[in-house]
Amino acid sequence: MSEPLLEIRDLKTHFATDNGIVRAVDGVDITIRRGETVGVVGESGCGKTVTAMSVLKLIAMPPGRIVDGQILWQGRDLIPLEADELDDIRAKDIAMVFQEPMTSLNPVYTIGEQIAEGLRRHEKLSRRAALERTVEMLRLVQIANAEKRVHDYPHQFSGGMRQRVMIAMALSCSPKLLIADEPTTALDVTIQAQILELLADMKARFGMAVMLITHAMGVVAETAQRVVVMYAGRVIEEAPVDELFANPRHPYTQGLIRSIPHIDRAATTKKRLEAIPGVVPRLIDPAPGCRFAPRCRFAMPACRLATPALRDVGGGHKVACILETGGLPQ
Amino acid sequence: MSTPLLSVRNLTKQFDIGSGFLLRNDAVVHAVDGVSFSIPPGETLGLVGESGSGKSTTGRCILRLVEPTAGEIWFQGRNVSALDARAFRALCRDMQIIFQDPFASLNPRMTVGTIIGEALTIHKLAPSKEAFTDRVVELLETVGLQADHMHRYPHEFSGGQRQRIGIARALAVEPKLIICDEPVSALDVSIQAQVINLLEDLQGKLGLTYLFIAHDLSVVEHISHRVAVMYLGRIVELASARDLYVTPLHPYTEALLSAVPVTDPKARRKRIVLQGEVPSPIHPPSGCHFHTRCPIRQLPLCAREAPPLKETASGHFVACHLRS
Repeated sequence: MSEPLLEIRDLKTHFATDNGIVRAVDGVDITIRRGETVGVVGESGCGKTVTAMSVLKLIAMPPGRIVDGQILWQGRDLIPLEADELDDIRAKDIAMVFQEPMTSLNPVYTIGEQIAEGLRRHEKLSRRAALERTVEMLRLVQIANAEKRVHDYPHQFSGGMRQRVMIAMALSCSPKLLIADEPTTALDVTIQAQILELLADMKARFGMAVMLITHAMGVVAETAQRVVVMYAGRVIEEAPVDELFANPRHPYTQGLIRSIPHIDRAATTKKRLEAIPGVVPRLIDPAPGCRFAPRCRFAMPACRLATPALRDVGGGHKVACILETGGLPQ
Repeated sequence: MSTPLLSVRNLTKQFDIGSGFLLRNDAVVHAVDGVSFSIPPGETLGLVGESGSGKSTTGRCILRLVEPTAGEIWFQGRNVSALDARAFRALCRDMQIIFQDPFASLNPRMTVGTIIGEALTIHKLAPSKEAFTDRVVELLETVGLQADHMHRYPHEFSGGQRQRIGIARALAVEPKLIICDEPVSALDVSIQAQVINLLEDLQGKLGLTYLFIAHDLSVVEHISHRVAVMYLGRIVELASARDLYVTPLHPYTEALLSAVPVTDPKARRKRIVLQGEVPSPIHPPSGCHFHTRCPIRQLPLCAREAPPLKETASGHFVACHLRS
């Protein structure tokens, strides 16, 4: 197993609101090794995007605040770093692709100017060299007629094309880690297939690690090597991808996998979907104990006493559930 | 097959998007281009396609939320498109719609009780205040909400609960047909399953007929009896859900099905990745609209003639020169 590239340790990112403190991320541990693809899945509000944003300190502070924890990039903690020190890491070491290809590009600059900005700043390229490199990157992400399109504005591109531009921009400085936050959520399935294939190609070419954040279990099953499942601001399960889908241990993960309708060509009758009852809890003053307990069909009184710790149950499969790890954490 | 509840014949909708000085350059979006289908009572017809395929416009044309450019809509043996406003409003009681965005489709200034009961007031279905309240409570309970929710406002509810409110509003007038326009697309998967199960339960209990519009093929397969696939305003394939997913005939359907990520990491299979994007509906390609991206096209035939939707096996229709 290769050395860890990024280690998120006990990260807590909270937001101050008029109604109280929202514990959006409340003790998250995620490790990403060189060259691997880690899928982070969970429903809206589980803290997956806030975790990713915290890594690059893209959280608006205030109201946000990283209350506790460490973000170790190749062994160096990023949290105490000043803005200019972080700038050297952003884009060059860690780059990010956002969900909304419609809103994450600046509408008043050409896409060429936007991609070249990073190259000139981080790689110290001249205007001409940056432009050449930009055209090369656009060709790489299969934008036809790249030398002309480099002078176009974002509104002249479709959603799928903009996401290609975002990927070109993120990869332009050859980062070691790409954080892709719901890169295909806004896209149609046939375009999603194109973008996932492009990401796989780029990964093979550049060998970077990928942290793929998504709510789509199917996307994770097809692209990730390891999967981290989050619920209400915490990691509740982590396992190699085959193991997670074959043998989900946490009741939430089990419910999540069973609640997805899947196309079963052999089935003669359709099974009723197994919905998880209830809704995701509010993250202001959450009740003590396991946060999934109110929706869990196996919940016992002990579940509501203390938050279960994420423990290894063998073979790199970690789960935070007292049913699986036995007894209460100390 | 029993007499259809809804029958759509050659439905066409073009939007004018004139540009230039005083809109002199007549540009037209061919949103829906000669769509025909029918739905027997109690059935769910799934309508799938990517953005811009015209599936939502089809749904809206049926309710005349947008006026169709051409074509006929027959509902219970009456030609809906020929009715005047008053007669149409009466008919609206039998046809309702559930919208995609549970955050935008409820008026934030109205209480849930008023939202659900609005149609009762409009159609004068509640003779007294008590009858009104009783009916609203009954509707809330039917969709799995509680009586005391009627005094609250939409912002106090989660996405899944709002979609339940939208469903209760649609049910208020005891419709026969509900057009579900991407009803679960904005919801998280665990909540999505709750809403799908609710829609299925309601169909069993109330004998509802659904036109279920969605882009998620696995959701459509799960809920539909028959499925129609749309591409650039036309239906390219229509079959029973099972036939369509087991033996898809149209190359677009094949590509669409193979593009769906599956939740079984061991089942990684060869995927048909379509080149390029959906062409603009302002200037759709000649002949078969799909020929520009089709992996099996045969020129010049496919670029010259639009293939008609033909029945190849019992109840399995496909519009492809090479597969029919």
